[in-house]
Amino acid sequence: MSITIHLPSVLAAHAGGTRAIETGGATVGTALDQLVSRYPQLGPRLRDAHGAPYPFVTIYLNDEDVRLVGGFEAAVRDGDEVTIVPAVAGG
Amino acid sequence: MSATLAPVTAQGGDALPELTRDELVRYSRHLLLPEVGVEGQRKLKAARVLLVGAGGLGSPAALYLAAAGVGTLGIVDFDRVDVTNLHRQLLHGTHDVGRTKLASAIDRLRAVNPHVVVEPHELRLSAANALDLVGQYDLVVDGTDNFQTRYLVNDACVLTGRPNVYGSIFRFDGQVSVFCTADGPCYRCVYREPPPAGLVPTCSEGGVLGILPGIVGILQATEAIKLILGIGEPLIGRLNLVDSLGARQRSVKIRRDPTCPACGTRELQSLIDYDAFCGIGTPTAEAPVLEITPRELAERLDRRDDLLLLDVREPHEHAIARIPGARLIPLGTFAEAIDALDRGRDIVIHCRSGVRSANAVRQLQAAGVTRVWNLAGGILRWADDVDPTVARY
Repeated sequence: MSITIHLPSVLAAHAGGTRAIETGGATVGTALDQLVSRYPQLGPRLRDAHGAPYPFVTIYLNDEDVRLVGGFEAAVRDGDEVTIVPAVAGG
Repeated sequence: MSATLAPVTAQGGDALPELTRDELVRYSRHLLLPEVGVEGQRKLKAARVLLVGAGGLGSPAALYLAAAGVGTLGIVDFDRVDVTNLHRQLLHGTHDVGRTKLASAIDRLRAVNPHVVVEPHELRLSAANALDLVGQYDLVVDGTDNFQTRYLVNDACVLTGRPNVYGSIFRFDGQVSVFCTADGPCYRCVYREPPPAGLVPTCSEGGVLGILPGIVGILQATEAIKLILGIGEPLIGRLNLVDSLGARQRSVKIRRDPTCPACGTRELQSLIDYDAFCGIGTPTAEAPVLEITPRELAERLDRRDDLLLLDVREPHEHAIARIPGARLIPLGTFAEAIDALDRGRDIVIHCRSGVRSANAVRQLQAAGVTRVWNLAGGILRWADDVDPTVARY
């Protein structure tokens, strides 16, 4: 079971500069748990203190917004890709 | 999904402006494309596009839209050209430093294509003027550099029914989409609320690869032209993610949120206070942030006062310029470092300009620390008032 989590450069800085990280897990939430256990600094940047999603950080399972396919409970399969896309405002 | 540019595409062939002989020659490579042709080029000539910002994204977008023959380009900007803009803002050249970006843009765009009318709007887009301004154009290209103006542009586009060709960048990553069409989502459907002020660094704090706004701004110009011509598959309902380091570009699906206050429930019926919405300059009941000026700090350091000087910038900024004796704790890791700080000493916190350090001061106040000061104006003012050998960046 291998899930690839893609991080934007703003978050990769908290994962030793790595932008694509292989994890396991049965759901999006548990895949993120595994990511955070390796890179604890990412934890508060992905979910709030209660474990809820932030309104300014979107997460996609393959190309679907996880909010529309079950949120953190959405099941993941081998080879799935999870992409974190926080709001950025530069121009 | 079809494009929704009623003001332009609804015009019949007779209502569209004719092309002059010069224009027929200039645009010949467009006219040879069946998807554009003479009628498409006349649609481009009839089109009125508003560019919000003549900076990193606005530069390539304006250059290509002008070259493509978009008849009228409105540009909103109130800034002047700074030498730090030049690594990415190709509307402006070295000789333009100090000029207004609008004056520079007008000269450059006239040189690119004298057939294009440039309408300069030297103002800060605000809740007071946005509906009127956006309403004068067929679509908006959002090239702003802050969350307040992005929500303002979005809401003005929803309320006036104008498509918002959105682009945004940070460091090596970009986002592009077309928001606020008849059927598609808006910016608020994707990002309901902005991050707390100071959480996400700006490009002036975090840096940006100079080429990135070129890529993203040209994608925005492409989307604008597709909307005007009514061709192709516009980025409606899709968010295009540009990863310049991975040389990857992909789209994820985004949908209109029926609970979105702007385009879903439509409870948002007028523009709001976007500074307050983004948590900027909001009067609060919190304790005020005490400030110390660079000169006062220099006096205290000269006296060898027992104080703890903290720098909450990023390591790459510290490598460019630093105040001797300051201990680096980037704002992103500040919360984790609070417990280990020596609370018995006076604490002074600085960053580049004073915004991030005010955030850090508030975090310490919330943790019960009272003898904590923000360095007014940050290291930039330190360079101006105390030590001119410190690099400004």
